[in-house]
Amino acid sequence: MEASSLRIREVSKSFPAPDDPLTRRLTLSNISLSLAAGELVSLIGPSGCGKSTLLRLIAGLDSPDSGELLVGSEPITSPNAERGLVFQDPNLFPWLTVRRNIQAGLVARGVLREKRDEVDQFMRLVGLEVFANAYPHHLSGGMAQRAALARALINHPKVLLLDEPLGALDAFTRMRMQDEVLRLWQAHRTTMLLVTHDIDEAIYMSDRIMIMSPRPGKIEQTISVGLDRPRQRTSEDFLRLRGDILELLHLAGESSVENKN
Amino acid sequence: MRPEKHNSRPEISPPESTTQLPSAPTHANVDAIERMERGSELGWRAHLAVPLAALVALAIHLLFSKRAPAVETHSYTLLFYEIVGVSIVLSIAQRFWMPLRSWMRHMCPILTAAILLLGLWDIVTFGFQLLPMPYFPGPAAVLRSLINDRVLLLDSTWHSLALLLSGYTVGVLVGLISGICIGWSTPIRYWGMPLLKVVGPIPATAWIPLAMVVSPSAVVSAAGLIALAVWFPVTMLTASGISNTRASYLDVARTLGAGRAYLVFRVAIPAAIPNIFIGLFMGLGASFLTLVVAESVGVKSGLGWYVSWAQGWAEYGKVYAALIIMAAFFSTLMTLLFKLRDHVLVWQKGVIKW
Ligand SMILES: Nc1ncnc2c1ncn2[C@@H]1O[C@H](COP(=O)(O)OP(=O)(O)OP(=O)(O)O)[C@@H](O)[C@H]1O
Ligand SMILES: [Mg+2]
Repeated sequence: MEASSLRIREVSKSFPAPDDPLTRRLTLSNISLSLAAGELVSLIGPSGCGKSTLLRLIAGLDSPDSGELLVGSEPITSPNAERGLVFQDPNLFPWLTVRRNIQAGLVARGVLREKRDEVDQFMRLVGLEVFANAYPHHLSGGMAQRAALARALINHPKVLLLDEPLGALDAFTRMRMQDEVLRLWQAHRTTMLLVTHDIDEAIYMSDRIMIMSPRPGKIEQTISVGLDRPRQRTSEDFLRLRGDILELLHLAGESSVENKN
Repeated sequence: MRPEKHNSRPEISPPESTTQLPSAPTHANVDAIERMERGSELGWRAHLAVPLAALVALAIHLLFSKRAPAVETHSYTLLFYEIVGVSIVLSIAQRFWMPLRSWMRHMCPILTAAILLLGLWDIVTFGFQLLPMPYFPGPAAVLRSLINDRVLLLDSTWHSLALLLSGYTVGVLVGLISGICIGWSTPIRYWGMPLLKVVGPIPATAWIPLAMVVSPSAVVSAAGLIALAVWFPVTMLTASGISNTRASYLDVARTLGAGRAYLVFRVAIPAAIPNIFIGLFMGLGASFLTLVVAESVGVKSGLGWYVSWAQGWAEYGKVYAALIIMAAFFSTLMTLLFKLRDHVLVWQKGVIKW
């Protein structure tokens, strides 16, 4: 399936303030960004700066107060199987076995019959063949997150939105899954927007890294990672980039404290 | 009785005795192991509790039965000979057959208690006639009514079953449909919920006078009332289950390309199933009540009718016989519904206490 470009122009989003429902608090302020077709971009920023909110807008689950979101040249109005979203919580359906969870997208689109063999393929990819007939509460947190990843991937979305999909994994599985996600990304040329808290992960995976700052959420800086793939996690360039980003994040955090006061 | 005895003994046995048991089953859970331990300590005596209790009850009965004509007590005595015989055979058989042994370990205390209670009932009523007489016959008299009137009782049970199931099925189907609509669609909830809140809480039996006038046949109106009694809890709990579906499940499904049918039938309804089953259980209870009331007021058949008919003739043995059938009948239906729930909700095993 072809990848699509993603363009976001001056999008703002506010929510009712929890302490006073009559006023609204700006969560995203004038966000503009664009991803070329097939690009892999990471989004990092402190907790609560609106990363998940932005992904929900792109997925079409919420609509912005103002601004414009486009996939290719189509405006985003509602959710669509062409834009996959892996949520921060795995949110597996507890009443379905792992296999049925993973094939849910095929069932929802009514294409299970033609693509049944892909289910096994994706279960193998995330290493859950043995648990095919287990129910989600038998899975560990990391296994559940892998199942959720497979569930989104099976639709071959043109744009894949990942909200800390590897957060619950141990270091080794995490690195293996990073390579798997990269392999999938290269094989399917999906446009990918990856939210992460892990700077190493952002540098290892992405073409560009966007750093967000909170209250209201905005994109502070965009950094191009000009390293050749496969990247070495301990190379000099890698480590220097890591230091720069840490610095920027620190500043982003401080500026938010200043804003608040 | 037995467990107390065990507990009062000083604990000398080393804890590892459980693992040394040669017959320890591989699938045993903690309960089973505990029971094993107790059984091995008490030895054969534990298995003889049931036959012993039966012998006691039999002795009590034989003691008093001399004063009564033999026909009245014959079948009860026979029944107890059978119980004694079967339980002795079982206690021997369990030595050779593992599943039977664990079943008997489990059932032994409750069966013993039940048999002793029968003996107590015998003493209080048939023996010393401590309770006013036509109203409290002894177990032998009830058994005799049960046997003598078996054709009519069976027929009544059959009529009750047919009436109950037709009313329950209609009530559940309509309740599920209205519950799903009210739970899912906001406009339907706006109009439907007030109606549900006003009409629903009226006990179905309160409609009896109206139902008698409206419907040409008492059976049809009784089925309608049962359906009404079932409809309310099923609708209420289905609606609340559907509208309480976690939004994130619906969000996930929508990003996977789900249309409305998938969202309703494959997300909202499965998420609501635990609630729906609560509604089904409540509806079943309400249907029993409505069935018995409707049968004793208008319908000229069924167990409810049989009870009031036997009461009219002051044949209290028959009343109790019908009550026993009713208890067995209703608890069988409840058990079946529990089995269905366990089957449908396997995925909850481990999520909730179960
Ligand atoms: N539905 C909502 N109603 C009210 N406020 C909301 C809602 N969704 C998000 N918010 C607010 O928006 C802000 C950003 O939330 P969001 O979940 O996008 O943060 P995040 O960057 O994903 O944080 P984290 O890294 O911890 O996941 C928070 O302050 C939150 O309170
Ligand atoms: Mg988040």
